[in-house]
Amino acid sequence: MKRQIYLDHAATTPVDPRALEAMLPYFSERFGNASGVYGISQASQAALEGARETVAGILGCNPGEVIFTGGATEADNAAIAGAALGQREVGDHIVTSAIEHHAVLHACEALDDFGFETTYLGVDEYGMVEPEQVAEAVTKQTNVVSIMLANNEVGTVEPIAEIGEAVKERAARLGRGVVFHTDAAQAGGVLDLNVDRLGVDMLTLAAHKFYGPKGVGILYVRSGTPFRPFQYGGGQEGNRRAGTENIPLIVGAAEALRLAVEEQGESNEHCKALRDRLIHGILTGVPNSTLNGHPTERLPNNANFCIDGAAGESILVGLDMEGISASSGSACTSGSLDPSHVLTAMGVPAERAVGSLRLTVGKGNEDQDIDRVLEVLPRIVERLRRVSGVG
Amino acid sequence: MPRYSKAFLDHFNNPRNVGVMEDAEGVGTEKNEVCGDTMTLYLRTEGGRIAEARFQTLGCSASIAASSVTTEMVVGKSVAEARALTRHHIAEALDGIPPAKLHSAALVIDALKSALDGVEARAKEACSADSR
Repeated sequence: MKRQIYLDHAATTPVDPRALEAMLPYFSERFGNASGVYGISQASQAALEGARETVAGILGCNPGEVIFTGGATEADNAAIAGAALGQREVGDHIVTSAIEHHAVLHACEALDDFGFETTYLGVDEYGMVEPEQVAEAVTKQTNVVSIMLANNEVGTVEPIAEIGEAVKERAARLGRGVVFHTDAAQAGGVLDLNVDRLGVDMLTLAAHKFYGPKGVGILYVRSGTPFRPFQYGGGQEGNRRAGTENIPLIVGAAEALRLAVEEQGESNEHCKALRDRLIHGILTGVPNSTLNGHPTERLPNNANFCIDGAAGESILVGLDMEGISASSGSACTSGSLDPSHVLTAMGVPAERAVGSLRLTVGKGNEDQDIDRVLEVLPRIVERLRRVSGVG
Repeated sequence: MPRYSKAFLDHFNNPRNVGVMEDAEGVGTEKNEVCGDTMTLYLRTEGGRIAEARFQTLGCSASIAASSVTTEMVVGKSVAEARALTRHHIAEALDGIPPAKLHSAALVIDALKSALDGVEARAKEACSADSR
């Protein structure tokens, strides 16, 4: 059997066995509801607060500013809606970028149905958001600004600290508070997450992107930030996220984040070397291929290309038949016919966006995986180009 | 990614009748404006029946597999018989296409119809030329 090569770490990652180990006792053995007063509840309570402190230590915030959620989608939704509705009487405007994850974009669209108005900022050809443009979009009516730390498709890392500064300056001039949120789902264990250095009021993380379990996310909310919760029930998570805390997943998320940050330097070096081999190998080995995203300001694990004369989905099926898992922002991969909103915002024409290919490496990948891709991909593309007669 | 049948993957991996047909009587080109898939189908007849079909497709695996199997299915059929083909016949010949991909088969049917229009127009031309 061929070695299975997984190159879709931006989609999800396998749970680190050490994080899994940490989670296991909290399923059946220490199963207590963290709200109880008896012994096993105390153990859950301690685990929960320990996890919170671990995360707070990494974000550089107080433990009370960390909320555990059911994933990054929920965290993004809660951040946008929480900050927008939390100041409903002050304003009705949201600023975001056209390349955000749908967890942000669709939350904004939903709020627009309830009387909010969203400005979707464009990006340059590399997917970069311009800080001054963000500041200029902020008005007296603006409640929240949300710009992602790093883009999930093309890997471009946004100048969040500069954007935060520009937004704060503008807000101060307008004499009002504007909440600044960043979706850092792709950045856990990869980029600096210190909330003060980033200058953010809210930040989203997804555990399953940094070798933690699925179904658990982290939302940082700076103390004093207007925030209206949208999940109603008990008083968990400081009255900001009702529902019995999922202790095993929360423990797994915190342990995975701790490990990812501890091993960040090494992991980034490893990924960057593989990524750069992929980029160089594909640009030279596949004629008429181009790199999407920023040439230098990009995630260490992300390589994204447009390949002329071949559709992304066809390349993926061809790779899958060779045991290689990859992804594409092109139409037809998820049943949706629309080309990637990210590539479209970057000005990539639909004909080219059709041939997009995303390869995201991880700590489990080796040099031989890259060798294999560089061996089979040119062949697959050549065959598809014979069929299309293009490229 | 949906799981594809053996027949589907075979047509995707070893597509039949790829390429341009210089002496085609009918050529049908269709483009799905939403997803960007583009295909061209070429037909040639002998004695009122389709003798050869070829194709060129830039698109997803379903578009390639559906084009390929169609070039096999139409050979030996009259124009009227070929017109009776639907996307469901194509799906059946591939041992199924995921429902989200049926539009690929529909695009092939559209290309086939315009290629058949070409064949018929050519036949009519030939007829009127004969009667002169």
